[in-house]
Amino acid sequence: MKRNTILTIAGLVVLVAAVGLADSILGRFTVRILNLSAIYIILALSLNLLNGFTGLFSLGHAGFMAVGAYVSAILTMTPAQKEMNFFLEPIVPILARIQLPFPIALIVAGLCAALAAVLIGVPALRLRDDYLAIATLGFAEIIRVIITNIQSVTNGAQGLKAIPKYSTTWVVWTVAAIAVVFMLALVRSSYGRTMKAVRDDEIAAEAMGIDVFKVKSTSFVISSFMAGVGGALLGHLISTIDPKMFTLMLTFNILLIVVLGGNGSITGSVLGAIIVTVLMEALRFLDMPMNLVFFKTNGLPGLRMVIFSILLMIVVLYRQRGLMGNKEFSWDGVLGIFRRKNSTRNGGRP
Amino acid sequence: MIKTENVSMRFGGLTAVSDLNIQISKNEIVGLIGPNGAGKTTAFNTITGVYKPTEGKVIFKGEDVTGAKPHKITERGIARTFQNIRLWKDMDVLENVLVACHLRMNVGVFAATLHLPGYRAKEKKSREFAMSLLDSVGLADLAHEPATSLPYGKQRRLEIVRALATEPSLLLLDEPAAGMNPQESLELMEFIGKIRDQYDLTILLIEHHMQVVMGVCSRMYVLDYGVTIAHGTPDEIRRNPKVIEAYLGVD
Ligand SMILES: Nc1ncnc2c1ncn2[C@@H]1O[C@H](COP(=O)(O)OP(=O)(O)OP(=O)(O)O)[C@@H](O)[C@H]1O
Ligand SMILES: [Mg+2]
Repeated sequence: MKRNTILTIAGLVVLVAAVGLADSILGRFTVRILNLSAIYIILALSLNLLNGFTGLFSLGHAGFMAVGAYVSAILTMTPAQKEMNFFLEPIVPILARIQLPFPIALIVAGLCAALAAVLIGVPALRLRDDYLAIATLGFAEIIRVIITNIQSVTNGAQGLKAIPKYSTTWVVWTVAAIAVVFMLALVRSSYGRTMKAVRDDEIAAEAMGIDVFKVKSTSFVISSFMAGVGGALLGHLISTIDPKMFTLMLTFNILLIVVLGGNGSITGSVLGAIIVTVLMEALRFLDMPMNLVFFKTNGLPGLRMVIFSILLMIVVLYRQRGLMGNKEFSWDGVLGIFRRKNSTRNGGRP
Repeated sequence: MIKTENVSMRFGGLTAVSDLNIQISKNEIVGLIGPNGAGKTTAFNTITGVYKPTEGKVIFKGEDVTGAKPHKITERGIARTFQNIRLWKDMDVLENVLVACHLRMNVGVFAATLHLPGYRAKEKKSREFAMSLLDSVGLADLAHEPATSLPYGKQRRLEIVRALATEPSLLLLDEPAAGMNPQESLELMEFIGKIRDQYDLTILLIEHHMQVVMGVCSRMYVLDYGVTIAHGTPDEIRRNPKVIEAYLGVD
């Protein structure tokens, strides 16, 4: 026990130091990728809560992210920035003047996404599970169409530019850390157990007095809140958003992280988010024109995604549990690996 | 305690249960027997809200609970086990029982997630209660084993314990002795009598082989093709020609 606490504190100190030093030591490009990883951690956790822990299959994540991203962007931009953005049609007067501090805007963004989840989830969650995927997919598309068409609120297809860059290294990693701690606490609570019960056997769950619909709705709303916050942070990181960003492709990327990392593993989502984000950047060259001694490609946009799709298929076919299965990181587990290596040399367990 | 009034359940053209009239008083142990496909499980499902009966009423403690949601029925004090064991396979033995404790904990999602003091106290109480239940069936030392790694007989006991964790007043057991040898069945029936006294329960129990339940039940109902063909004490049932006919070739 004592040893694990010490290791955890040491680990935290190293992490905090890493975040503190990242900006000054690493290049801007690297820092940006790391910060993108942090946002993907939040998004992957939120999808994992649904997919991995409650057994609900939703394809609407991009929709909730869009809601969050737009709400937070509009609430934090200065009146002058808004005037510059909305040149085709002026923004509605109430929104033109409003400007909130970033933390509040972030929470409001999450709440708006959660509200959207109540509207879509309440009818859809009463349906059979496979309909949820279809309903949420449709919902995400509807959100995109609405955003494209309410010119005086969202600036339509032009999107929003010059969104304040509030997603600093500290901000994104702090929110990611809160998300991890929150998920751990939720999943280990009695409420988290009911979610797993609903996932494993709904009929047994309701027979044991669990209000299955309530558990599913709660999970869906919390997940959407996190997706909204993640979407907002993404907007403040790259500082431009437009409706085309929030397609099924974005949901697919997050799903990829969850499945690769391990459905139902928080550790898996964290590792998966970092690995996939870094790989996405590292493999960017695949989409560029290539000069390979014998032949030359003119660049195959999408080749990168082909690689990821193949990776996903391999996981689904051969290692459905992903990287971590539904296991979590523990010091005992890590130390156990080293110990096992030693003890096999001495011929088995002591 | 529980009463069904002319309950019928039809699936399309098939009448799985017709005109079922069961009445059970407090602390009784009553058997529901009948050959394969007689409609026993369906009868359970109409009582527990899995199906809304096509006709008739289910009255529990004087209140009409017909067609209420399964979790509402459990909240009122009816708990059940399943014929084909339905334990949560990704959880250990203790967790399986703890999930069932959640119903009586009355905690919100935020109180639970933030591990507020009120929640912690309830969680501690639930763990103690769950362990005491496991202890009473001799499963305490297996508390941290995966539920589905237990041998069959112990999984059945675990399902009963899980149902008890919802603090029911009426317990419905769907073929609890299925797959057990005569010795194990006998022990199980003793156990059922014991928990009835210990937890002040009323029990309705489905069994396929009537010999198994003869000893423990005060009364039994016999179903065949959905119809109640006999009702009475074990001795009366044993001598009833209709029952003998229905069971011919089965036992
Ligand atoms: N959901 C359903 N839809 C259609 N038919 C059903 C359904 N559930 C049960 N039945 C039918 O109702 C009849 C009674 O089934 P039930 O499971 O209640 O029998 P049982 O007495 O429990 O039998 P067993 O001893 O095999 O468990 C069977 O013919 C079965 O096929
Ligand atoms: Mg049956």
